[in-house]
Amino acid sequence: MDFSAILPALPGLWEGMLTTLQLMLLGVLGGVLLGTLLAVMRLSHNRLLANLAATYVNYFRSIPLLLVITWFYFAVPFLLRAITGEDTPVGAFTSCVVAFLMFEAAYFCEIVRAGIQSIPKGQMGAAQALGMTHGQCMRLIILPQAFRKMTPLLLQQSIILFQDTSLVYAVGLMDFLNAARSRGDIIGQPHEFLIFAGLVYFTVSFAASLLVKRLQKRLAV
Amino acid sequence: MISIQNVYKWYGDFQVLSNCSTEVSKGEVVVVCGPSGSGKSTLIKCVNALEPFQRGDIVVDGISLADPKTNLPKLRSRVGMVFQHFELFPHLSITENLTIAQIKVLGRGKDEATEKGLALLERVGLKAHAHKYPGQLSGGQQQRVAIARALAMDPVVMLFDEPTSALDPEMVNEVLDVMVQLAQEGMTMMCVTHEMGFARKVADRVIFMDQGQIVEDCAKEAFFGDLSARSERARQFLAKILQH
Ligand SMILES: Nc1ncnc2c1ncn2[C@@H]1O[C@H](COP(=O)(O)OP(=O)(O)OP(=O)(O)O)[C@@H](O)[C@H]1O
Ligand SMILES: [Mg+2]
Repeated sequence: MDFSAILPALPGLWEGMLTTLQLMLLGVLGGVLLGTLLAVMRLSHNRLLANLAATYVNYFRSIPLLLVITWFYFAVPFLLRAITGEDTPVGAFTSCVVAFLMFEAAYFCEIVRAGIQSIPKGQMGAAQALGMTHGQCMRLIILPQAFRKMTPLLLQQSIILFQDTSLVYAVGLMDFLNAARSRGDIIGQPHEFLIFAGLVYFTVSFAASLLVKRLQKRLAV
Repeated sequence: MISIQNVYKWYGDFQVLSNCSTEVSKGEVVVVCGPSGSGKSTLIKCVNALEPFQRGDIVVDGISLADPKTNLPKLRSRVGMVFQHFELFPHLSITENLTIAQIKVLGRGKDEATEKGLALLERVGLKAHAHKYPGQLSGGQQQRVAIARALAMDPVVMLFDEPTSALDPEMVNEVLDVMVQLAQEGMTMMCVTHEMGFARKVADRVIFMDQGQIVEDCAKEAFFGDLSARSERARQFLAKILQH
């Protein structure tokens, strides 16, 4: 084993890591936004909205992420053409972000829903009694409290997504893992590069998990 | 001010309120009592439409709740409500608890809302705690903040649902004192409470509920004066709580 080739490859690997982090960040942000919307829909008294959201969540939780990624790679340009009427080239990156945020939204929805349900019912009553509309009650009173409680779970889910972003190799995107693999192949040292990639994934995910655990303890007090 | 007219309410098949009618005029203090599960909380929550009812009508300050065109949030902003478990917003400071609805619902400026909130906080004797969070206050203090929060909206009527029953005994009086003062200043109040001392002191009328019905609705003097004229259930109830 000779790890000396890794040092000169670091800038290229860092590029890949940036792509990985961007994918994760955008996936989490979009996923939380859409997931919160879905959660509010699922809890609404409007049957149609609740059923729509439930169908969405059950659907995306029942299919593999890899399928969503490849599917969106082909579907997003097609859909855009249907909407705008002209060829709108979207890169693999954009289609992957869309795939991640839509897939993760199903999971974030369930986390947010549990968070909302964990807030005592009287809080909603008190907010309503002050004249707030349903939207104001949610935005100003219920969701801020729910997000505080959910933060550890949301972060935990984000760590899982950090690892799952590696599935973008299927559409040829140069994320961290793909960058490491291709560089290792070119130089002829695939094993060294894969071991290094594994170490990096482990270190980042494990350190983040420890931080989340500490945060969890802090929030529990 | 409040007119409750033949109100019926069901939870599924279970009838919670049955033909409830009463009036609360401006400046009047009405105490509602009755055994657990008799529908007191449900009735008082119907008055600001926190609970829907299926039949009858409630008119608050000339506005009918049964009318589907009524803007319920707007109506609720004019009806103050105090809950058994305080329900302060734990993620907001005391000052923010007092101002958030003034700003977001009434559209007051932040300075005006803060000034009003602090003045009310002073009135309930808690000005020094303005920057704290609800979790740092005792139950009695939290309930006084909750009363101030409701008053900050300049309500035309105040509803109380057992405001002292979740409190340690030594904190009951600090809350009752605030309520007595409010009553003496002429606030229209509808209070679910078993504090008969409070009822004796400031109530104009006492309503006794049992199994979803208003069984007694009479002037305070009559309610406490001539027990033999009271219904069997009311006498049993009074005997039980007056022992304590
Ligand atoms: N959401 C609900 N679904 C079904 N039944 C309910 C619901 N809320 C209350 N009830 C029932 O309605 C009845 C009246 O309840 P309510 O809370 O108004 O009584 P209460 O007089 O306030 O009692 P307490 O003194 O215990 O507060 C009770 O029998 C209760 O079990
Ligand atoms: Mg009750």
